[in-house]
Amino acid sequence: MTPEELRKLAESQEEARPAPRHRIKICVAAGCLSAGSDRVRDALQNEVTRRGLENECEVQGVGCLGLCTMGPLMLVEPDGVMYQNVTESDAAAIVESLGKKPVEQLVCPSDMSFFTKQYKIVLENSGVIDPEKIEDYIARDGYTALARVLEDMSPQDVIDEITRSGLRGRGGAGYPTGLKWSTVAKAGGTRKFVICNADEGDPGAFMDRSVLESDPHRVLEGMAIAAYAVGASQGYLYVRAEYPLAVKRLRTAIRQAERLGLLGNNICGTTFSFHVDIRLGAGAFVCGEETALIASIEGKRGQPRPRPPYPAEYGLWGYPTLINNVETFANIAPIIRNGGDWFASIGTEKSKGTKVFALAGRVKNTGLIEVPMGITLREIIFDIGGGIPDGHRFKAVQTGGPSGGCIPEQYLDMPVDYESLAKVGSIMGSGGMIVMDETSCMVDVAKFFMDFCVSESCGKCVPCRVGTVQMYNILNRITSGEATMEDLALLEELCDMVKYTSLCGLGQTAPNPVLSTLQYFRDEYVAHIVDKQCPAGVCQMRQ
Amino acid sequence: MNQPVRVKTLKIDDRDVSGREDETILEIARQNGIFIPTLCNLQGLTPIGACRLCLVEIKGVSRLLPACVTRVEEGMEVYTQSERLQKYRRMVLELLFSERNHICSVCVVNGHCELQSMAQVLGMTHVSVPYRFPRLPVDASHERFVVDHNRCILCTRCVRVCDEIEGAHTWDVMGRGIDSRVITDLNQAWGESETCTSCGKCVNVCPTGALFEKGKPVSERLKKRQFLPYLTMMREERR
Repeated sequence: MTPEELRKLAESQEEARPAPRHRIKICVAAGCLSAGSDRVRDALQNEVTRRGLENECEVQGVGCLGLCTMGPLMLVEPDGVMYQNVTESDAAAIVESLGKKPVEQLVCPSDMSFFTKQYKIVLENSGVIDPEKIEDYIARDGYTALARVLEDMSPQDVIDEITRSGLRGRGGAGYPTGLKWSTVAKAGGTRKFVICNADEGDPGAFMDRSVLESDPHRVLEGMAIAAYAVGASQGYLYVRAEYPLAVKRLRTAIRQAERLGLLGNNICGTTFSFHVDIRLGAGAFVCGEETALIASIEGKRGQPRPRPPYPAEYGLWGYPTLINNVETFANIAPIIRNGGDWFASIGTEKSKGTKVFALAGRVKNTGLIEVPMGITLREIIFDIGGGIPDGHRFKAVQTGGPSGGCIPEQYLDMPVDYESLAKVGSIMGSGGMIVMDETSCMVDVAKFFMDFCVSESCGKCVPCRVGTVQMYNILNRITSGEATMEDLALLEELCDMVKYTSLCGLGQTAPNPVLSTLQYFRDEYVAHIVDKQCPAGVCQMRQ
Repeated sequence: MNQPVRVKTLKIDDRDVSGREDETILEIARQNGIFIPTLCNLQGLTPIGACRLCLVEIKGVSRLLPACVTRVEEGMEVYTQSERLQKYRRMVLELLFSERNHICSVCVVNGHCELQSMAQVLGMTHVSVPYRFPRLPVDASHERFVVDHNRCILCTRCVRVCDEIEGAHTWDVMGRGIDSRVITDLNQAWGESETCTSCGKCVNVCPTGALFEKGKPVSERLKKRQFLPYLTMMREERR
């Protein structure tokens, strides 16, 4: 397929679009799917068929609509009505109401700030297109960035554009993407690899899953552009096996793109070839660490190795390898389409663009959100999230999963960007955001994350393998009222030691949840130890 | 082929030293008689940087780096003996002692155990974290050797020597985190292993009493490792 043909295909899709008068878009991403949206979709389809409205109304499964807490969600077009908590029995009423007054009791107010405060780049197609149809993606300017790159940009031009955009790695650490690409591009040799890290494993985080389930082609396009820029011809998508739906949709997407000549040999009729294969993770959190991920793809035990040498220089099978996260790749096509300067105009001075967060915990509107960098925590939690339910009071928000920390109330007006979050002892991380109210015990929270690190430590280096277990045991003693202040001192010593001596990021950041809760909620630790009481009433004290 | 070898000059503990660009800080330190403690490292085997005893401070680098895998660089200023490093090293040892059941008085290598001597050298006077006392098996099914998991520190020297030097790859690690364990073949009894050549290299490289030979008095259980540098040297010459 040439860029010319791609344009034609997009136009023909555009023309074909207005055919049905009504379009019902129902979310079939994992959140709504688990609430039975596939059954609702079938019920709607049956209802449409029963009434003989096949030419009038199209029922379409789409990706995530965001407000997962109210799922199954659906959108009726062109009326622009959104329905929430839809069940199979609502199908008749919904089809009946098409073009008329909406079904009042199901309407989800789309003017609420959950929707209006968001800024969608990565999720621009989520909930809009059918993730299993490449034509839908192409109709929304899909693959035009790739075609343009191949048509009139040199690899260096692409890297310059990405550098200009100021995009930083969305996997958590925030390494400048342009710099990473140029490092791999400069690495010697003719064989290079591009890897997409989709081994999302933070508890409560589902951004990558949603992107892959809602808009898989966007990630493939980003990978292909990256491959062109760094000079790779083979790519791997490392997806955790716990995401079967994402894997299925990716497989479909790869097949479709190959059929249209947008992946594979001689892409868009040029000399550039790029093949993508999927590799499934076997359920190890540590395989999200790049060197462990590479070992896993090589068929070895998923354990990190010391860096340097970095994968950019010595990666998969010893060849230079570019590893980026799903969300990073998802940002590439819009940057090429709209220019790096456009992207750099969004966000703060050092953190550009938007960030997808999985908002969870004690907040009214849980779900998937995309916000511009620099938005305050207060806006996310109280405007978009709708505040704390049941009259409870905000206590802290946990960002960055087991590598992050708990941010207390006094920092609610802090802008969300890489530097600010790091300054208060947390991290941006991959985008998990868990809100807690006064019924959450902070020691218990720290214990939960430490338990996670204990079971996810690979066991290679001593501080992480044994240190996390010892820290967990101390936290366990604290929460059961058996600890002394000496234990607390030992816990702090272990935190310091594990943080600075562990081999990889997992161990180095494992103490963060403890350190940040100790920094802001030390009195709770002391209450457990000295008064043998859990202020939040969560922990069972052994008397 | 004959590329010029680049030599880097650096400072280790304020001493001027030099090394080839492909040499590590640990190698240069040892050549110059500067002591950096190690446990998982063994000359002749691929270094893996797992035990974290050889961590050193490098001026201008915020992280601590393992000397066994960090290459020398021009103008590097390395510090190997700061108080902070010594504290961390002792804690690594304390964690290792607490992890399994290390009871020197009844151990087959009492007196020539690397873990034991390292504790003495680094001045570890007590273990501040509680012992875990896990229940772990002993596999004595092999006709000549025994693996006692209670004394294993997971340095994986046995795994590496079996794979890299003997070429049998009988040993590997299974499980993860605190549940990691060295295994023979696919977690079969050692005596039933089809790949084991009974060469005994694993026993000789084991730093503790986790791997030992049957029917010998404790005093004769010295580990013989002279073969390792010799074998690797001969191999490199043939390449």
